[in-house]
Amino acid sequence: MTSTLSDITTPLAPPLGGQGEVADYWALMKPKVMSLVVFSGVVGAVAAPGAIHPWVAFIITFCIAVAAGACGALNMAYDADIDAIMKRTSKRPVPRGALTKEEAYGFGGFLAVASVLVLGLFTNVVAAAFLAFTIFFYVVVYTMWLKRSTQQNIVIGGAAGAFPPAVAWAAATGGLDAGAVALFLIIFMWTPPHFWALALFREGDYGNAGVPMMPNVSGRSETKKQILIYNALLMPTVLLPLVTGIGGWVYGIGAVALTSKFLWHAIVLYRTTERSVEEDKASKKLFGVSIYWLFALLGLILIEQLFNLPVFPAWF
Amino acid sequence: MDKPVTPVAFSPEDLARRRRRSVVMAWCLVGMMVLFFVSTLVRLGASILDRSM
Repeated sequence: MTSTLSDITTPLAPPLGGQGEVADYWALMKPKVMSLVVFSGVVGAVAAPGAIHPWVAFIITFCIAVAAGACGALNMAYDADIDAIMKRTSKRPVPRGALTKEEAYGFGGFLAVASVLVLGLFTNVVAAAFLAFTIFFYVVVYTMWLKRSTQQNIVIGGAAGAFPPAVAWAAATGGLDAGAVALFLIIFMWTPPHFWALALFREGDYGNAGVPMMPNVSGRSETKKQILIYNALLMPTVLLPLVTGIGGWVYGIGAVALTSKFLWHAIVLYRTTERSVEEDKASKKLFGVSIYWLFALLGLILIEQLFNLPVFPAWF
Repeated sequence: MDKPVTPVAFSPEDLARRRRRSVVMAWCLVGMMVLFFVSTLVRLGASILDRSM
């Protein structure tokens, strides 16, 4: 009897490959994460000094999106074993058996190389090298090394997610300056509260998979304290665009209001009793607020730039 | 020694999936072609008319 690919692919035998739907490849690129990365890249390109051709801005955004997709695919290939254990990630294409690890590596590797080459070809070598470093940092430093070895994984690894606006800045100007550093620092400081809020209501998931996250290593109280500290540090950080020439009154007032709200939710979480219903609700709320906070904050910079609103002069 | 590989026939579902992937891949290639073409035009700008005939 002749068997088919569908017949011989069972949960016991690894699939031979070639069975993925287009949607599986799309899911491999983590489209939700990609949207935030792309948005931060757009802001970086628009906020950079000097005029930029709209098509070049599109190329920059496109390359950053593809690179983010590459990171997602390579991450899912490497982390297939722990993704299968965690409830949140068990339905991803590789642990579900829709795609093999080899297919995910091949797809991610191709996207990574293509994004760097295209960016280098149509913008400049500095931006391409920076993008290549970003992919390396996310895949090798964060995914392969830090994620399974230290509870500070997302603090250091968070740099990879904070690089895209600086990459876009480099692509637009050929270099980096204080404005790019300000955008980097905002996203870098935002990452720990964002992921630790998630880790609080997914502690069991991470614990079962053996991923050291702040709640399952140092405890929930310490995590809430750290979230509060990072949130408090965010307030001076969001003021940096005002002294680096990329923020004006609209941004300044909006940033203080948004960050006060973000900080308030961190305080509410800090004051909850450990493992209570209120704590669960507060951590979910903070996670949701953190996503909208970043979109809104970067949106303020974008609005000021697009409408040519006055910005404060750079101090340095 | 490696085990002999059993011949595997594709089911109609496998073939349909492969066709869908191929169509998307073709569109991606067309998109890349347009991307390179337009990007070249944008980079060259007015210089595109400056060539020896």
